[in-house]
Amino acid sequence: MAYDLTHLRQLEAESIYIFREVAAEFENPCLLFSGGKDSIVMLRLAEKAFWPAKLPFPVMHVDTGHNFPEVLEFRDKRVSELGARLVVASVQDAIDSGKVVEETGSRASRNRLQTTALLDGIAEHRFDALFGGARRDEEKARAKERVFSFRDEFGAWDPKNQRPELWSLYNGRIKQGEHIRVFPISNYTELDIWQYIKEEGIEIPNVYFSHEREVFERDGMLLSTGDFITLMDDEEPFMETVRYRTVGDMSCTGAVESSADTIDKIIDEVAVTRITERGATRADDRVSEAAMEDRKKEGYF
Amino acid sequence: MEMLRFATAGSVDDGKSTLIGRLLYDTKTIFEDQLEAVERASIQMGAEYTNLALLTDGLRAEREQGITIDVAYRYFATPKRKFIIADTPGHTQYTRNMVTGASTADLAIVLLDARKGVLEQSKRHSFLASLLRIPHLVLAVNKMDLVDYDQKRFEEVKDEFRDFASKLDIADLMFIPVSALHGDNVVDRSENMGWYEGPSLLHHLEEVHIASDRNHIDTRFPVQYVIRPQSDEYHDYRGYAGTMAGGVLRPGDDVVVLPSGFQSTVKSIETLDGPLDEAFAPMAVTVRLNDEIDISRGDMIVRANNQPEVSQDIDAMVSWMNERSPLTTSSKLVIKHTTRTTKAVVKDLSYMLDINSLHRNESATELKLNEIGRVQLRTQTPLFFDEYRRNRETGSFILVDEVSNVTVGAGMILGEST
Repeated sequence: MAYDLTHLRQLEAESIYIFREVAAEFENPCLLFSGGKDSIVMLRLAEKAFWPAKLPFPVMHVDTGHNFPEVLEFRDKRVSELGARLVVASVQDAIDSGKVVEETGSRASRNRLQTTALLDGIAEHRFDALFGGARRDEEKARAKERVFSFRDEFGAWDPKNQRPELWSLYNGRIKQGEHIRVFPISNYTELDIWQYIKEEGIEIPNVYFSHEREVFERDGMLLSTGDFITLMDDEEPFMETVRYRTVGDMSCTGAVESSADTIDKIIDEVAVTRITERGATRADDRVSEAAMEDRKKEGYF
Repeated sequence: MEMLRFATAGSVDDGKSTLIGRLLYDTKTIFEDQLEAVERASIQMGAEYTNLALLTDGLRAEREQGITIDVAYRYFATPKRKFIIADTPGHTQYTRNMVTGASTADLAIVLLDARKGVLEQSKRHSFLASLLRIPHLVLAVNKMDLVDYDQKRFEEVKDEFRDFASKLDIADLMFIPVSALHGDNVVDRSENMGWYEGPSLLHHLEEVHIASDRNHIDTRFPVQYVIRPQSDEYHDYRGYAGTMAGGVLRPGDDVVVLPSGFQSTVKSIETLDGPLDEAFAPMAVTVRLNDEIDISRGDMIVRANNQPEVSQDIDAMVSWMNERSPLTTSSKLVIKHTTRTTKAVVKDLSYMLDINSLHRNESATELKLNEIGRVQLRTQTPLFFDEYRRNRETGSFILVDEVSNVTVGAGMILGEST
């Protein structure tokens, strides 16, 4: 008898361990849920960690107001299946109450405003640990982030001063007002996520599958037309067969041309793709070489 | 598909970044946009060639100062295995990072320069790999192109290293002559070194036998979390959730719960996907017992006929990781061992180990940042442990500063202190 686990089962076991560790050591954790594939996988792993009990923490959605309708629908369905409590931290509310000022112009994005809504949500509900679905293969700053990532009382990350993290002995000790961001799927790659979705038969929103959509091109990316974005003079909308590799704020998440309409085809596509998912689909990471690092220091996911 | 974690150690001069870049590039893992970003950054910094080190040096401060601050994790896969690289910087002051990267590694690659042979740094890295009990060590003798792919030079370096390695505890040692720059013996066997009959580095990474590295003999189940649904459907349900830290557990097994010593039998091993016939490390499961016993987080379920040591007096090698204050006798710390967290006081420091010469300095009175020593601890409540060399999960602990909450030390248990 060989006592072997496949890479997916080993990754799964490690994630489940992390979920349980947080539930045991923190008073008030919360799971950040965007409706994207990574957070859908996170929900499945959390479900496995505590079954047959319900999730011992609520689920929080930082809502920019620029959502894919299919994704919101999916979020509500999944949360009700799990009997989980949903908390919404709304960027629109932050704008309405004058806490933040919306960017203007055709390149306006609510991406940065999410940080304020997120930090306010954390303070309001006194969360001391937040599960996030970030992966280390996504981006260079994330490649160096701990699984238990310490945030000071301003929600800020100090990349040069991270706690050493050894074996699976995570240090979750904090003082009042500080919190830990926890990344249970740090070691999954994009391909691992898709293989896991397939193996587990996990349902995902249909924007991930190939479909016809009205789009326009900006900075080499295909963005969806719609209420949340203003076209510039030289931008012409057209119909294209696309799918989304990541799902976030509609105004800055790009679609990719694709005919992949099944999980198997998506896996084939991801296996041979030559561009990272953030490079292909996120306008927000292109601002500068250290765009992600700078946002994370301010308290972004 | 299996998963293999490996740590790489060496400095930029040894060609470590080039080697990793080569592995990622030749296995088609580097994406076009990553390569473009690196090319852009290289030009901005005024470099004449694309600096592959920038692929791994992710933080702004690192690019500005041209150094690597921290452990970076990299991922690639071949049809045979998924690989996780813990890429650690090689400078002296970063022992902390090497220890961190090594703690979870199945294999370590230590790079050395064929022209320079075995340097202090290579010795230090190999010693740390042995201290952290990485089961497999690969000595990659790099820059073979600069010694005309000379077999004699390779053999000299091997002999030199073997002399030193005889003082270490290394289970599996492999030497591979490579040229990271030209790709010799990295992914494919080199045509320039017909005399070398071993595998390429990637082939070795794909084939090295790791299934026996975990302890499947001593059954250890640290209770992590107690599951009580308190729903109508699962009214009286009480399950002990945790991750197998060693051995095998099956329904019907006679078990003892530590520290209470109560005995019971395993009723079932459960998961959302259904009950299991057996559980082994590193599976995350929920165990139910046939008797109602008071069990909480930090307790350990073990087999009646194979129990760990139970003691408040621990003898261990400790790697100190804090720059603010040293470890001294009478230091009071928080200790986290498996799922148990308690307090510990340093009773004695037997010696500080010079990791370059392996000399034991018995007159040392403290351990500073990046120093390693043999330490005796007294804990507030007993720990249930095995020797680190027998089980990395039940033989390791971290030390946390009570005031700053920072992780200040990593320990590998030698046994009970007397």
